[in-house]
Formats: sequence, structure tokens, C-alpha cells
Amino acid sequence: MNVATFLLRRLLIMIPTLWVIATLTFFLVHAAPGGPFQAERDIPAAAKAQLMKTYGLDRPLHEQYVSFLTHAARLDFGPSYKFPQRQVREIIAEAFPVSLELGGWALLIAILIGVPIGVIAAVRQNSSLDYAAMATALAGVSVPNFVLGPVLVLGLALTLFVLPPALWEGPQSRILPVLTLSTAYVAYIARLTRGGMLEVLGQDYIRTARAKGLPESRVVGKHALRLGILPVVSYLGPATARVIMGSVVVESIFSVPGLGRYLVNAAFNRDYTLVLGLVLFYASFLLLLNLAIDVAYTRLDPRVELA
Amino acid sequence: MPKWPLPLARGESMTLGGGPMTLDSRPESLWADAWKRLRRNRAAVISALFLACVAVVAIAAPWLPGLADPTTQNLKLGAVAPTAQHWLGTDELGRDTLARVVYGGRISLMVGLVATLVSLVIGVSWGAVAGYRGGKVDELMMRVVDILYSLPYIFLVILLLVFFSRSILMLFVALGLVQWLTMARIVRGQVLSLKHQNFVEAARALGAGDGAIIFRHIVPNTLGPVIVYTTLTVPAIILQEAFLSFLGLGVQPPDASWGTLVSDGARVLALFPWLVIFPGLALSLTLFCFNFLGDGLRDALDPQGRREVA
Repeated sequence: MNVATFLLRRLLIMIPTLWVIATLTFFLVHAAPGGPFQAERDIPAAAKAQLMKTYGLDRPLHEQYVSFLTHAARLDFGPSYKFPQRQVREIIAEAFPVSLELGGWALLIAILIGVPIGVIAAVRQNSSLDYAAMATALAGVSVPNFVLGPVLVLGLALTLFVLPPALWEGPQSRILPVLTLSTAYVAYIARLTRGGMLEVLGQDYIRTARAKGLPESRVVGKHALRLGILPVVSYLGPATARVIMGSVVVESIFSVPGLGRYLVNAAFNRDYTLVLGLVLFYASFLLLLNLAIDVAYTRLDPRVELA
Repeated sequence: MPKWPLPLARGESMTLGGGPMTLDSRPESLWADAWKRLRRNRAAVISALFLACVAVVAIAAPWLPGLADPTTQNLKLGAVAPTAQHWLGTDELGRDTLARVVYGGRISLMVGLVATLVSLVIGVSWGAVAGYRGGKVDELMMRVVDILYSLPYIFLVILLLVFFSRSILMLFVALGLVQWLTMARIVRGQVLSLKHQNFVEAARALGAGDGAIIFRHIVPNTLGPVIVYTTLTVPAIILQEAFLSFLGLGVQPPDASWGTLVSDGARVLALFPWLVIFPGLALSLTLFCFNFLGDGLRDALDPQGRREVA
């Protein structure tokens, strides 16, 4: 199957998936007890009715559902309940670049540090270096980011005063959030790379490469790495999902104005339109990203067919 | 259809050794073999011992002599750094941190174990039925798993907890419901390779029904991978519970899990750092040991790991 057909098919499959997510979220939100204006309970009934009317909440549920779907298809989620003067679309457009920067750096650093560690550990399998690297990696996987974050703040910002403890202003403020978010993935990617490399290094074509006299650096760096890194590539999908989940916490710890912080606040405020918009946005983003990763996978491993 | 002896393909020698438990002495040697290999793995043994200690302390907490009550406040005392009387210090309300950490562990471990049990029951049944039935049923059941996999479930969990109730029961359901998918896939794969083996045919010839064949004969033989994955699911769930509690969505006061404690401590980080450090340490160490034990079990029970070491 060629790439164009593959992409088209997968994009078409995304539509029902997104529809399921949209429907689930919509009914979950509407089945919830307590309306979005509960906090303003003491407002007069007439004003409340007016509010309900403005947001279309007085119409029957199925009409609201259809209207939600048709608008969502055009990426229009209406105004936020909590901040009526702002469109959900605008909030996402403003917060997404921040989250993208945070998550992007975290993943990039995880790959740039994790892969070399894993390769070295695999090449020196069962050496003390290998054991030390893997024990450290396991520790890195085990420390939750919401523990690591406060500890880093305590050490680097509140004791040594070398970095700002919070906010998202200037390049220095990026260091702690990115470090907090990326540590677990550095560790996990190192473990995956080691496993993948060990499997590949024992194979015949590596012996062939060595037999024809290639230098070890070329055997490892070119021939083995290309296949050895495949587990990492297929992990990038779930990793991104987890980075997004982790960014929810990291953004709260460091007061970073990204999507994650909006999501938590929106859920607590019962800001229905914002919640729906954010969940759908996250879902589509993840689905598109997984598609890109599948394509990358076939580029690296010629044995895998697009299907 | 696989014949005895099976070729040692990936993950297959497990089903081989763990095969007809009642007819053959070989399975014992597999478990004995695995046990020997696990015991040689010092990190895994130490982890197991540590976890056993944590479990004993957590269970025995109410009867431990000298352990303060975690809810007794002492406003006059307020927050003090670790002393001889309060080994891990106290919080702003004068509650003993050591007691809070011990009782927090009770909740964290309970959530981890119960939610794992929920995911285990659903995952094993789903995977076993799908793999055994095969054909259209299998396709349909695994398609459901695929779709659920692609959902950004953590957001749905957040919505569920925010909009409905933040009870512990809801937490069990929410966490258990999202964790069974991988288990279902693992068990299905195992069942597919088991269901044509002779001992299953023998059971059928003896007149066993499908239910009996699945749950009495096939499922016990998938134990190896299931044990390994269960060991890794417990820390995953403890971590997720802590994550939700950190956001204020998990365990609600007056109960407190390790996640709640870290969350509360993080708010007063600059003033009373021990309120983050000790619960964070307890949580991280426990997760670390679960992961080490899981790794050790995988090496001991998974033939692929065996090859790697050899």
C-alpha cells in the first residue's frame, strides 16, 4: 500500500474515533450533577434563564448535541463559560504553543540523552556501567514528576537560588519544568534502547557487518541502531500521551500557562465548553501524532508494511 | 497447530513449561527454576523484602506501639522539623508526619491492590474469552480494546472524578477500568497459543464445558506473564492515584494517600520541606521496588530474558 492511500485510510478511521470521544465527553459532561452556573446560584432566576438561553442550554439535549457536533467539526466550541468574553478556540490557540514547547523540549531531551545511555549500556552489557545506568534509569522511572518537581525547586531555586522557582518568562524559567517533565522519559527511553539494541546486536547481519571489517562504531551506530531504536519509536506515541498527562502536573507546579492547567481549572469550574474543546483537541492531536509515528516506523524498518 | 515439543519461539516456552500441570512434572521444574533465578537476583529479593516490610507496617499501623494517631492535631505545636519525639516532623496542624506517611501508605497500597484486582479480573476474562472464542467474537472484542486504547482516558478519568463523586470507590473503578486493556491483550495472546494443545483437547474429550476449559485449564497456564504484568500494574496504579490526588481529585480528606501528602507538602515547600520529602521518598521507594521486583520476575519467568542473560 502506498503512503497516500495509507494516510487517507487512517485519516478516515480517525473520524469515527473522534466522534466516539466527542459523544462520550458530551454526555459525560451533561450527565454531571450541577450546572455550570452553580457558583453564581444567587443570581436572579431571570438572569439565569437569560444565561442558559445565551449558551443554548435551554434547548433539548439532542439539539444541543447536534449543534455541538456541527460546530465542533468546524473547530468552533463557542465561548468559555467561565470567561464569556473569550472563545474556547482562542484559549487553545494561546495555550497550545506553551504546552507544545514544554512537551517538545522534554521529549527531545529524553531522546537525546536516553538513546546514547541505552546504546552504551547495551554495548557494555553486564558491566558495572550497564548495571549502574539501568539502576539509575529504574530510579528515574520510579520518582513521580510531582515529587521530583518540588524537590528540584527546593534544591535549585529555593536553596541555591540559581533558577526561578516558577512561571514561564525567559529561557531560564524553562529549565526546571522541562527537566521535571523529561526525567522519567530519559530513563524509560534508555531502558527501551538497551533492550532493542541487545536484541539486534545478536543478529546475523550484525555479525556480517563485523565480519566484513566495519569499525565497531559504524556497526553499532549505523547498522544496529537503525533497528535497535524501533522500540523507542513505537514508544513515542504513548510517551507523548504521557508527556501531555505529565504536563498537566508540571504546569500546575510551575504555574505554566499551558493547556494542562486550563484543563484542570476548566474541569473544576465546570466550564463545559472549554472542557469539551480541550479534550477533543488533545484527542485529535494524539491521533495525528500516532499516525505520523506509524509512518516514521515504516521508514526505519523496511520489513514493516503499511496496513 | 503446535506439537510437542514446541519450537522455542518468542514467549512460547512459557506455555510449554507451564503446560499440563496435572499430567506432568515439568511445570514444577519451571516454577522451581524461576524461583531459583529470582532468588539469585539480589535487587529483586531486597525489593521484595522492602515491600513486605511496607505492607506489614501498613497493615499493622493501628496496633504499632508508639505510632501517633495521624489525625490528632496539635495546633500549639504547629509544624516542627524532625525531632526525637516526631521522627519525621509534624505538619502545620501539628499532626505527626511519620504516622501520616504510614497511614498514607495504607491507602496508596490499598488503592493499588484493589484497582489492580479489578483490572486483573476484567482483563483476564476478556482476553481469555476473546482468545478462546476466536473469529468474529475475538475481532469484535479486540476492536473494543483498540478503540479504548486510543481514548485519552486520563481526561475521561478527570471528568469522571470531577463531575461525579470523588469517593474511593469511584477511584477504584476509574483506575481499574483503564488498566485492564494491556492485560486483556497479553492473556489473549497466551490463550491463542494454548487452546490447541493436547491437555485442552483432553479436557474437552472428558466433557468439560467452555467455561471450565477457559477458567480451570487455560487461565492457570497463563499465570507467568500475568504475574509479571500484575507486579508492574500495581505501581502504575499507585502512581496514577497519586497523580490524581496531587491534582486534588483522588483521595479526599480526612483520608490521605501519599499523593495527597505530597500535594499538601508542595504548597508549603519553602517553609516545611520535610512535608514533601518524606512522603515523596516513601512513594518513590515503593514504586522503585515494585519496578525492580517486576523486572526480576520478568527475567525469571520470561524465556526471552533467559536468552538475554545466557
